[in-house]
Amino acid sequence: MNKILEIKNLTKSFKDFTAVKDVNFDVDEGGFFSILGPSGCGKTTLLRMISGFIKESQGEILIKGESMSGIPPEKRPVNIVFQNLALFPMMNVKENIAFGLKRQKINKSEIEERVADMLARVGLEGFEKKKVTELSGGQRQRVAIARSLVMKPSILLLDEPLGALDRKLREHMKIELKLLQKELGTTFIYITHDQSEALVMSDKVAVMNKGRFEQIDTPRNLYKNPKTAFVAGFVGESNRFELKSSDDGLLVTQKGWKLEKPNLDFKTEILYIRPEAFILAPSDNLININRFKVLIKTILFDGSNTKVSAIVTSSGDELLISLPQNARFEDIEEGDEVQVGINYENLKCY
Amino acid sequence: MENKKNFNVTFYLLIIPVLLWLVILIVLPHIDLLISSFQVDSDAGGKIFSFEHYMAFFKNKIYWLTFVNTAAYAIGVTILAFIVTFPIAFYLTKVISKKYASFLVLLLLIPLWVGELVTVYGWMIILGDHGVVNQFLIYIGLIDKPLPLLYTNFSMTIGLLYMSMLFMVVPIMSTLESLDDSLIEAASDLGASKWTIFRKIIIPYSMPGITSGAIIVFMLVIGDYVAPDILGGKSSLWFTEQIYNEFLATFNWGEGAAFGFLLLFISSSIIWLTLKLSGQKLERVGS
Repeated sequence: MNKILEIKNLTKSFKDFTAVKDVNFDVDEGGFFSILGPSGCGKTTLLRMISGFIKESQGEILIKGESMSGIPPEKRPVNIVFQNLALFPMMNVKENIAFGLKRQKINKSEIEERVADMLARVGLEGFEKKKVTELSGGQRQRVAIARSLVMKPSILLLDEPLGALDRKLREHMKIELKLLQKELGTTFIYITHDQSEALVMSDKVAVMNKGRFEQIDTPRNLYKNPKTAFVAGFVGESNRFELKSSDDGLLVTQKGWKLEKPNLDFKTEILYIRPEAFILAPSDNLININRFKVLIKTILFDGSNTKVSAIVTSSGDELLISLPQNARFEDIEEGDEVQVGINYENLKCY
Repeated sequence: MENKKNFNVTFYLLIIPVLLWLVILIVLPHIDLLISSFQVDSDAGGKIFSFEHYMAFFKNKIYWLTFVNTAAYAIGVTILAFIVTFPIAFYLTKVISKKYASFLVLLLLIPLWVGELVTVYGWMIILGDHGVVNQFLIYIGLIDKPLPLLYTNFSMTIGLLYMSMLFMVVPIMSTLESLDDSLIEAASDLGASKWTIFRKIIIPYSMPGITSGAIIVFMLVIGDYVAPDILGGKSSLWFTEQIYNEFLATFNWGEGAAFGFLLLFISSSIIWLTLKLSGQKLERVGS
């Protein structure tokens, strides 16, 4: 795979703090790359450096192998979809999309053709003459994406573009965006604080925290094998425990819950367990497993995502356990005592 | 029901002074002037209806040429006011921080507190033969004798510009304030140069503010009396001076009234025509 974007030791310092610290990564051509992080982690600063709106303090940005240092935003082969979309309110849909093409002195008939083609791709045929203020949130979204994509950028940067949409529309646009990216083959770099957006759409996700990349991985690996405590806590749901001790492969929580974790070769203080890692009523022949009893406190019904909140009988530690989607546990009730198991490998220690 | 009645009484009590003010001091005198503009003395000593006063405007070259001159200057001053104030408005809203901006806006407002007559005399001190500008130019040896700056079209234009430009800055600032910086960035991202961004994004976006500023400035300038009278020279004929003369020099109140209504009507028509030609709508201008 060709590397379309290479970021080398990129750093951005402002007067009194460093927003981006020594970040390195590559993006494959045609990939969907997400940068996931909480607000204020420096992801927007990173995006604005790639697009050229702010100058890096140190490091290098290469697009298609060419250094971007000193090249202004209007000359870079990247386009950006802004968080607030930034559609031009005094222009109609067609004028908005044609704006960039007109700047390139492309002849009129080709502009017409490319705008019409782009409108068809985003499903807005017949909207040419509409004012952008008359469009719904989802339609405005598509106009913003079309306006950038019509420029045929090497990389499309998206700065939390779904943030302003309501939940239902956001779910829908997520799928649509992914399909559009597949169809066009344009490289997308997508910035978000919403882990589900990042996991669903991306080929690769970088988790960013306090100006640094914690882990760059496929969504599956990120979820299965988080490399740092931050990733484990930020991506997906987790039960988090602070440990009193972890000597001799025995983890002890603050409240005194004891769990075996053989072959642990480092001292650990924090333990993460995914809610779906628990096995309810494990059969006796399973090995490499911790067994304990819990008391069901409440059932948090949410369709296929139903969980129970439970208390470990021996110590009083609270747990969130996913309920498997089969009829076997349908009649589980508050106050029941249930045998639960957890595999050694699903105890993630940091 | 009782409540509503109380509200009505209070409402009328509050509105009556305003209505009295408007009717007695503005509406009635205007009606009176309008009537007298259509009346001439008949041979019999009474008043008869006639268009004579209005015809006088079109028949005498000096009258309508003065008007054309006034309107041309008013348009010129309006354009100058835009050129001078747009960078100021842009700087105050988009370049410097809000903290300093409000202080600088305050500085902009100060000339307005002083009153037009005082600022006009201020300009006389600056531009006169023994004024600051001439004395300075003589001192550094650029000229031997004072330049005739005062009592010219130049000094008149300066005076008109000075008193009216604030009314251009404020509406432009209010539209620029609502211009999201990301629009400028988006245009730049799509390959637009600074000049294109200015022409295609910033100017169209602030058009409502520019239009309302231009209407105010044009109306203020075309109806101004002080600056043309005091700062203007013999050649700077201003239509308001013409009206003044009709009332107070020749005591021809009918013709003065007719000229007044012509000024109101023609200047409003110019604005209406400009709005039509530029595709602007008056309803949008205020917002």
